[in-house]
Amino acid sequence: MGLELLVASAIGILTAAGTYLTLRLRTFPVILGISLLTYAVNVFLFASGRLTVGAPPILSDAAAYTDPLPQALVLTAIVISFGMTAVVVMIALGAYLGSNDDSVDDPAAASDTRGEETT
Amino acid sequence: MSLFLVVALPFMGALLPGLMNNAGRQACAGVTFTVTLAAFIGLLTNLPAVLAGEVVTTGVNWLPSLGLNVNLMLDGLGFFFALLILGIGLLIITYARFYLAREDNMGEFFTYLLLFQGAMVGIVLSDNILLLLIFWELTSLSSFLLIGYWKHLPEGRQGARMALTVTGMGGLALIGGMLILGDIAGSYDLSVILQNREVIQDSPLYLPALLLILLGCFTKSAQFPFHFWLPHAMAAPTPVSAYLHSATMVKAGIFLMARLWPVLSGTPEWFILVTGAGLITMVLGAVIAMFKHDLKALLAFSTVSHLGLITMLLGTGTAFGAMAAVFHILNHATFKAALFMSAGIIDHETHTRDIRRLGGLRHLMPITFVIATLAALSMAGIPFLNGFLSKEMMLEEAYDTVLFGPHWLVPALAVFGSLFSAAYCFRLIGHTFLGPKRDDYPATPHDPGIGLWGPPALLVVLVVMIGCAPFLAEPFVKLVTASVLGEAAAVPTAYFKIWHGLVPALYMSIAAVVGGLIVLALFNRLLKIWDAAPRPEAKTIFEAIIAAAVGAARGLIHGLHNGAFSRYAAIAAVTITAAGFYAWNSGTVGMATRAPQPVGAVHVAGWAMLVAATIGMVFLHRNRLLSLILIGIVGLMVSVGFVFFSAPDLAMTQITVEVVTIILLLLALNFLPNQTPVQSTTLRRFRDGAVALAAGLATFAMAYYFLLRDAITTPISEFHLANSYKGGGGTNVVNVILVDFRGFDTFGEIIVLGIAALLIYALTEALLDGPVRARLLNRKPDQPRAGDMHPMMMVVLTRVTMPVVLLVGFYIFLRGHNEPGGGFIAGLVVSIAVVMQYMASGFSWTSARLRYPYHGVIGAGVLIAGFTGIGSWFVDKPFLTSDFTYVRIPPFEKFELATAALFDLGVFLAVVGAVMLSLESFSRLARRAHVKDSEHPMDIDPSRDPIDPDSPKKEGA
Repeated sequence: MGLELLVASAIGILTAAGTYLTLRLRTFPVILGISLLTYAVNVFLFASGRLTVGAPPILSDAAAYTDPLPQALVLTAIVISFGMTAVVVMIALGAYLGSNDDSVDDPAAASDTRGEETT
Repeated sequence: MSLFLVVALPFMGALLPGLMNNAGRQACAGVTFTVTLAAFIGLLTNLPAVLAGEVVTTGVNWLPSLGLNVNLMLDGLGFFFALLILGIGLLIITYARFYLAREDNMGEFFTYLLLFQGAMVGIVLSDNILLLLIFWELTSLSSFLLIGYWKHLPEGRQGARMALTVTGMGGLALIGGMLILGDIAGSYDLSVILQNREVIQDSPLYLPALLLILLGCFTKSAQFPFHFWLPHAMAAPTPVSAYLHSATMVKAGIFLMARLWPVLSGTPEWFILVTGAGLITMVLGAVIAMFKHDLKALLAFSTVSHLGLITMLLGTGTAFGAMAAVFHILNHATFKAALFMSAGIIDHETHTRDIRRLGGLRHLMPITFVIATLAALSMAGIPFLNGFLSKEMMLEEAYDTVLFGPHWLVPALAVFGSLFSAAYCFRLIGHTFLGPKRDDYPATPHDPGIGLWGPPALLVVLVVMIGCAPFLAEPFVKLVTASVLGEAAAVPTAYFKIWHGLVPALYMSIAAVVGGLIVLALFNRLLKIWDAAPRPEAKTIFEAIIAAAVGAARGLIHGLHNGAFSRYAAIAAVTITAAGFYAWNSGTVGMATRAPQPVGAVHVAGWAMLVAATIGMVFLHRNRLLSLILIGIVGLMVSVGFVFFSAPDLAMTQITVEVVTIILLLLALNFLPNQTPVQSTTLRRFRDGAVALAAGLATFAMAYYFLLRDAITTPISEFHLANSYKGGGGTNVVNVILVDFRGFDTFGEIIVLGIAALLIYALTEALLDGPVRARLLNRKPDQPRAGDMHPMMMVVLTRVTMPVVLLVGFYIFLRGHNEPGGGFIAGLVVSIAVVMQYMASGFSWTSARLRYPYHGVIGAGVLIAGFTGIGSWFVDKPFLTSDFTYVRIPPFEKFELATAALFDLGVFLAVVGAVMLSLESFSRLARRAHVKDSEHPMDIDPSRDPIDPDSPKKEGA
């Protein structure tokens, strides 16, 4: 067992949970699912620089640095994903306010659901 | 004039009619006429060179890597067609000026017409076949607009659709054929292709190329079995029919067959396909035309028949056949355009085109009668008119042509076709103009003004002139024939003359004319038989095919695309996972090259928190507030992970983004239901769980695999690490990458972020303007409101911390180049500081103190970043080249000034503006009217008078 296993399993679990929530039928869990997938993707991209402990890419007298490029890419990805989440939330909100329904599927298509069973 | 200009003039001129539309019909038609005239004169300036047998070329390389160059070429054939297009175009424009009714939008009409004209001229002058294909498609599109010009007529719309479908499909086939042809010849330039007859005809791909190209030509030129669209396109205004469907567009297929004649013709495949299709079309078109009662339908089928005749002549593959074809193209264009315009005049004056309701018009419309009669007699093949000459040549060629064995087959069919051709011409004259005057015309007919009869009259003058003095046209036709033939054959020496002596063609001609008269005499009896005979109706078949295609497409699409987003997401997840699994299985897996790093208890604890929160979200997601808290934990642990794995910048970004995201989701949750109802079946949840597990396992496996292996090649990061300080002047390599190495990326990203924020703003505006507004106003909050909306403690705290946070943001910004920090993080930190003010002191209080609108902040950020990039142009460096220097101002220490810092300032401003505009838009939704939003920062303020809250409490009062 190593740190690699921890990170890889965290990516896997984030992806699984994100995928499951993305497949839900209401907007809010879907948005959360997409956010989880965003974490998974960002960590995955970050990990493509391999895992290095204690060697930040701040130039000093140190002998080795971690790979800075994935960090730069993920940094902008984090900020952009905020923008994307905000847009999706706005669209979901507009849809809900407009029709008083926060389902993601067309009503006609929802054949494998239990129907209106609100709690 | 340059050939470029000849092609470009109609396209550029197409802008003018629309602009001149309000200046009146005269101005609108005048400007169109002038543009066409200019192109026409430009074409004529090249006449001396063409007459001298030269090929005028001009060209520029457009996309040389694709072999697509704007190469234009003008030889005899191109000149001939361009002359027809522009010359007849001038007549049509004049005619259309008087034909179109007052309520027709003339600017629109002439714009389409000029677009079409430019595309046609482009086809005939293209030297590059890819360029030719582009113009070819443009004619399909512009003719669609022209045919459907009368949008209020369902026939017009249907006819336009049918024409576009048929010619468009043919166009697709043509693209395939041309690409194969260019591939065989090794060049897409016609001048090269035309030199490679042997190579092309010996190639195994010759037949597929030929089939595809002929498919394109036959659909465009309405050859059997694609002839059916042309009569339906007659729903167009008559000028369009006269222009497109007699003189120009339908000749495009003929033109292409003539253009490629040197390389494609002469093989048995070419002969059977082209001559066969031409013969069938000629006979079929002539017979159907005979029994049409609509003048334009009759002319349409006669056009189909004559196009078949020309196709047949090209198909024989002899030089004489090609010459006859060229001559008939010229003659057909003259008499058929005149006939269409005459039909338009009759329609215009009598308000009907039904031959059965006409008759005796010669007394009422003598001028039209003369014009139409001469043109029709020419079409019937009567001596001293030009149609006779080329028809005789056709019969002569047919007499020598042997198809499928028997010698008599082609001549007999040719005579049969000519016979019906003569018959419908006689019917046209007899049943429309001759006979007694009637008193039941829908409108009282009389001859129109010269504007309408002038253009066809001019064409009829040509008909008679060529017919009486064929030697006038002979040199020109031979010149054109020479450029059709290229080096494949020599121009025939035969002279054009009216009297050839007692040759078989003469007997065939006489038989056709006499037979035509007999058929007309027997017309009523034949019509009864025709009406009784069962016939396949092309339109019904076409519509059935379209309906079947639509049904199939609908079945496929609705099966896949049924409106269920969750279904698409599931399909996508499964597909991606399966593709990854396949790639994994079909590749080889190397040995691990990195040793796993040791794990401590703290690491496991952090991991456990992350995993617990994530799994908790899956099971507790129905409680939305709770899942929001859980996702906060996830984000926090991810940030901690970034710190641990040597990414301080990422950690700072992640945690600040986390804060604003949670605030955003809280604002949204204010409106959304707090619970997610149980809606999916257990089975469905199992299915989703299985999909999710598969996806998770796949990402886990992939991540674990590469984490234990080194990169195959040295990453580019080595370069970044080595040059960050030397070239970029910063020791924080991540920041230097963002603002320097990959500054252009960052520039794009702040623009995207700004656009996202503006989109949110726009959506909010749209919502607040629409019916949602009323719903928001009437909405009852589903949670009890806080008694103290602006708690004093919080207000005071945020006021105190504001300057501190700003200072921190400033510090993070400044040190960003050398230490963790930078514009992105500073922007987020400052945004949080401002958001805190909104949260604590209320929306109105904060926005009243807002000095700069957030839109402006975004714009300023993008502009500053952009101008910083442009600045490097002034020192002859590429966009966004950064520079830095060290300065020392006593008493401070030496410090660095970098243009990258200016760029980072742009990033900072864009981030602040975008984040704040997004959050502000959400809170604008929250400002419902029934919640009284106090102007005061605190609901309970001891310094305020409780009775008169607007004035501060006076001491001792």
